[in-house]
Amino acid sequence: MDFNHTEDRAMLKDMVARFIADNYALEARNETVKSADGFSREIWARFAELGLIGALFSEDDGGFGGTGFDISVLFEELGKGLVVEPFLASAVLSGSVLAQLGSAEQKALIGEIIAGSKLLALAHGEPDSHYDLAHVGTSAVRDGDGWSINGSKAVVFNGDSADYLIVTARTSGDTWDEDGISAFLLPADTEGVAIRGYPTMDGLHASEIALDTVQVPDSALLGEAGQAYPAIEMAAARANVALASEAVGLMEVCRDMTLDYLRTRKQFGVPIGKFQALQHRMATVLTEIEQARSAAINAAGRLDQPRAQREMAISSAKALSGRIGRLVAEEAIQMHGGIAMTWEYGLGHFAKRLIMIDHQLGDVDYHTARFAEFSRQAA
Amino acid sequence: MDLNYTDEELTFRDEVRSFLDSELPASLSNKVKAGKRLTKEDMENWHAILNRRGWLAESWPVEYGGTGWNAVERQIFEDESCAAGAPRTVPFGLKMLAPVLMKYGSEEQKNHYLPRILDGTDWWCQGYSEPGAGSDLASLKMRAVRDGDHYVVNGQKTWTTLGQHANMIFCLVRTSTDGKPQEGISFILVDMDTPGVTVRPIILLEGTHEVNEVFFDDVRVPVTNLVGEENKGWTYAKYLLTHERTNIANVGANKVSLDHLKYIGRTQKKRGRPLIEDPLFAARLAQIEMELDAMATTNLRLLSSPDSVANAGPMSSMLKIKGTEIRQALNDLTRRALGPYAMPFVSEALDAGFNEEPIGPDYAAPVSQEYFNNRKITIYGGSNEIQRGIITKMMMGL
Repeated sequence: MDFNHTEDRAMLKDMVARFIADNYALEARNETVKSADGFSREIWARFAELGLIGALFSEDDGGFGGTGFDISVLFEELGKGLVVEPFLASAVLSGSVLAQLGSAEQKALIGEIIAGSKLLALAHGEPDSHYDLAHVGTSAVRDGDGWSINGSKAVVFNGDSADYLIVTARTSGDTWDEDGISAFLLPADTEGVAIRGYPTMDGLHASEIALDTVQVPDSALLGEAGQAYPAIEMAAARANVALASEAVGLMEVCRDMTLDYLRTRKQFGVPIGKFQALQHRMATVLTEIEQARSAAINAAGRLDQPRAQREMAISSAKALSGRIGRLVAEEAIQMHGGIAMTWEYGLGHFAKRLIMIDHQLGDVDYHTARFAEFSRQAA
Repeated sequence: MDLNYTDEELTFRDEVRSFLDSELPASLSNKVKAGKRLTKEDMENWHAILNRRGWLAESWPVEYGGTGWNAVERQIFEDESCAAGAPRTVPFGLKMLAPVLMKYGSEEQKNHYLPRILDGTDWWCQGYSEPGAGSDLASLKMRAVRDGDHYVVNGQKTWTTLGQHANMIFCLVRTSTDGKPQEGISFILVDMDTPGVTVRPIILLEGTHEVNEVFFDDVRVPVTNLVGEENKGWTYAKYLLTHERTNIANVGANKVSLDHLKYIGRTQKKRGRPLIEDPLFAARLAQIEMELDAMATTNLRLLSSPDSVANAGPMSSMLKIKGTEIRQALNDLTRRALGPYAMPFVSEALDAGFNEEPIGPDYAAPVSQEYFNNRKITIYGGSNEIQRGIITKMMMGL
């Protein structure tokens, strides 16, 4: 066992932190959020130049990292910067599915993801799926030499700026079966694809996607028909390592702002940090953040373990980051008082992201139940 | 970062397993697993077995007869010992006094006392709390007044765990009333056979005799039994409280309790199905398991960290809070898993040699007693509220 970062990852961490400190002021970020894409293509290109997208892919896939700890180191820093560029949608979610299922020809696109020149989005969740990864009601049926896809996809991250979509659709079985889910890679402007983009509460961009008789060639199919679920689950696992780690970064910012406020804000003639009521609440926040960090480390470190161990660590990390993220966000606001309620002060933007992360790829309840299921099977 | 054990660590784990396999008497592990009370002889017996292997002082450096194990090795040893049903070692000499003597004791004290801790000659207990000095420990009043080559000690200590078995007690005493309360405290070692020392049992709410009151009436203690300098005892006391971090989160024991709770959850039935399939119970169990898994990593992060000394204060306080909260949550859910069978309480059923038919499931007898007994853990060792104050003050730098 070893709880220190390798030299390479320590350098990656420093580099991201420095870039964000120099180039990613909160005011500028909040302006960027208002743009059509909801992120800056110029900054995205610079992230690509720095090799940060490539850090999320293995050497076999043309990157130079791709392990759980590469994901966690990068996303913790992205969290501290409240970064809105599409690392999760394009590189982690879509990139993972493509890397696992794609043919050599299809995987050529990974080079463009890493270069930042093409953007992908994973259109998987549906209006009624409520985080359930196996829920796919969208259908794909044989149509001549290709497939015809019908259905709707919900809250697809960065779908409105994607060049390509990876769309999951059922080619056999019932709506909740793991078996029978297929993945298709198609240009986002394919006829019959209607994308309605919108901003989210935490400054990201997502979209509702309607698929109306979308005809794709057989070459759009990723991997075997009906066999996409394991790759989707693995992509979600990697994304949850990213989200749990991003949450730790966000918690650190909330923690530091609150500690600083407790030290400097005076009421009744003394710093408010002198009051036991606040000291004890802050101590709970500090203690719980270390739990969230440990759970994120466990998830990153167990990404290559067999399914049950991996998924238990993933659900544990996501459930803890959901519970603790809410605690940190709410307590940071409460201990600050009125100032935290303002747009300008900044804390609120971190708090919003921290709360909304619980709504991505499974919340506390979803992952607690999921952990219980795996744990019972393991016993 | 790497969460996997190295080959060396796996080899060490096998070594520990085979030692426990051959040396831990079944009579002892059966008692531990069944939640029976351990006698003084049980504990002394286990200390002697560990000492013969050189593994009693797992947290001591080699030069004093310890193992010199690193953090991961100590955690492996603890996990395996708990899983095998080994008794916990008695911490007062090994983990509380010994580090203080190593850092602040005289050569004579180290040479005299440390070997006697290992070979079982001395059983130490702790004289910190007083009736008027609990969380505000520095307000302690027990006086030690210099008289020639002796201190004359008068006053009272309380909550003295296993003091009924001890022959020695380390005490914080007041040697000065000048300046701040912390500045007049000294750390002395007292032979409990000295005339004037009286031990009286305190029976806890669940009926056990675990702690005591110790009265000191003109007890004469040689000045050579002063540790370090007079009036510097507070520094040593704080060192003692923050030094021993290996076991503060009780990871190994918590893992065993979790497994036991899962076993109970599979055995207990609700509408003909195992309780563990009840969604509400399953969710409560999952919450504890997830917290424990994270805490095990927090614990190893602290212990393995090169700057662990700098982090010791807040991080060890965090682990104390989290470890005790998880333990109490386990005790609580275990109690609830039993349903009405949490209620029967036949005290004798917890003694070895009780041969009557159990009331209800055979695992039910100790559960509620352990639940009530472990209400102490968020109170002792600096209550969790005291720990919270420490954490925030250190992190704010106030």
